[in-house]
Amino acid sequence: MNTIPNRQVICETLLELAKDDRDIMVLASDSRGSAAMAPFANTYPEQFVEVGIAEQNIVGMSAGLAHSGKKPFVTSPACFLSMRSIEQVKVDVAYSHTNVKLIGISGGVSYGALGMSHHSVQDIAVARAIPGLAIVLPADRHETKKMTEALVNYEGGVYVRIGRNAVEDVYDSADYHFEIGKAVTLKQGSDLTIIATGETVRVALDAAELLAGEGVSCRVLNMHTIKPLDEAAIIAAARETGRIITVEEHSIYGGLGAAVAEVVTQNAPVPMKIIGIPDEPAIAGKTSEVFSHYGITGDNLKAVALELTKK
Amino acid sequence: MDITELKIKAAQIRMDLMTIIHRAKTGHTGGSLSNTDILTALYYEIMKVDPAQPKLADRDRFVASKGHSVESLWCILADKGFFPKEELETYSQFGTRLIGHPNNKVPGIEMNTGALGHGLPISVGMALAAKRDGRPYRVFCLMGDGEQAEGSNWEAAMAGAHYKLDNLTGIIDRNRLQISGSTEEVMGLEPLEDKWAAFGWNVVSIDGNDMEALVNVFREAPAAPGKPTLVMANTVKGKGVSFAENVPAWHHHVPSDEQLALAHSELTAYIGQLQQEGMVAEQ
Repeated sequence: MNTIPNRQVICETLLELAKDDRDIMVLASDSRGSAAMAPFANTYPEQFVEVGIAEQNIVGMSAGLAHSGKKPFVTSPACFLSMRSIEQVKVDVAYSHTNVKLIGISGGVSYGALGMSHHSVQDIAVARAIPGLAIVLPADRHETKKMTEALVNYEGGVYVRIGRNAVEDVYDSADYHFEIGKAVTLKQGSDLTIIATGETVRVALDAAELLAGEGVSCRVLNMHTIKPLDEAAIIAAARETGRIITVEEHSIYGGLGAAVAEVVTQNAPVPMKIIGIPDEPAIAGKTSEVFSHYGITGDNLKAVALELTKK
Repeated sequence: MDITELKIKAAQIRMDLMTIIHRAKTGHTGGSLSNTDILTALYYEIMKVDPAQPKLADRDRFVASKGHSVESLWCILADKGFFPKEELETYSQFGTRLIGHPNNKVPGIEMNTGALGHGLPISVGMALAAKRDGRPYRVFCLMGDGEQAEGSNWEAAMAGAHYKLDNLTGIIDRNRLQISGSTEEVMGLEPLEDKWAAFGWNVVSIDGNDMEALVNVFREAPAAPGKPTLVMANTVKGKGVSFAENVPAWHHHVPSDEQLALAHSELTAYIGQLQQEGMVAEQ
């Protein structure tokens, strides 16, 4: 069982890359601990900036640093970074074309019992509406490493959301092709497709295994990039498998499911189900407990898939 | 430029900005007139900027946090040759680059601003980058006084002092009026200088329409090494156009044909007076 959280992987990868790239900077809002960035702060103090608990300022300052040729990585809780700073993200990052990477840590429901103020299940919806802002949710530690390497070379603003705790591996290693904007087909299938993002990719794979036992051939797409969305992969999935289920650690409004539905309905209409957090303050609990409560589980996805594929 | 030449330049910029606002039938007249002297001092005497190389690495940076008062800035950038002067005719027209707020598609504009309370955080980032890289450029950020109610300014004020950014100069266009009336009635700011000083800034208060005072204060900053400087530029909203001075409605009022003619004749007379004084001084 993997014990390394994705935030730690980002720090380790940036530590590695910063050796040869003095423009990489990490900013924290009293969050160097929660973002696991203390090793970076200690190793490269000249490339680290503490901003204090000031999420508007951290994004504005990053835009100013990026304007001057730096490659800032803002590490701040996803709930605040995606909401309190959103006007700075819109104007100072996206509209001004500054090269700022926004790393939303402890996203989704991973703050557990801290409640709605600290859950971040609207962030994809908010970020999607901003022109030019890319959105990436890595599935596991291997993908987080590949994503971090890709982000350093990506020109433009990106919002990344990761959770707080270590997650089960999806990939055996980092030996696969990762490209921002290109979905990864984790499993081929012909009866339906489950499209997942971030930490729910593991759940989609679990469902596919269960469905195989029922004789149902399930395709699994890891949609690590919500924007720019891999429309071709979605259209192909709709045409070739005829049914789509999406699953995400996000409100059912405005997230992955909505994004996929926009593509499906306008290009290749097929039956769809959207699994996520309903329109209510999410229940408190461990991620696994919350997922279970809302049907973000292999078992539930299997049941939804069987219903959807019933002849 | 000497002080008289700068004053004449500012009066010409005021004529130009009244013209583009009149033609477009939109604009933030009062705040543009109040900040014209500040911008003239910066762009014609203080800042190292080169219209031929607008992205030069060590250029000084200007961030217009009170982005709505962009008309004086458009007129100055055009006058300095950052873009053709004829393009001013497109100000606020369909599809123009010269919109009602700073737009970094236009050479000479660093960042897109206009949402208030954004400029200082950005400027802190720019100044911090200069410090970390050991580069010599300075950063100037012009804020409005009504804008001081935005909390993000104070987040940035803390950071500017914390990181000892003496290459950063904040300027407040203290004209004491905002859309709804007096700043002190809308949301009291005083004692504003004490607040900035308490946040660790070197505060200098001047008459923000006094060209000599402006040039001196910008030249001398940082007067306190290790501290960012805040220039409290006490200005008159609508400065230089008699009927607009200190009238809240001129925040975004547009001059009629007659008012434009009157403004031009007042400013022309003022320029004539300055030229005469200049000649007397030379004799």
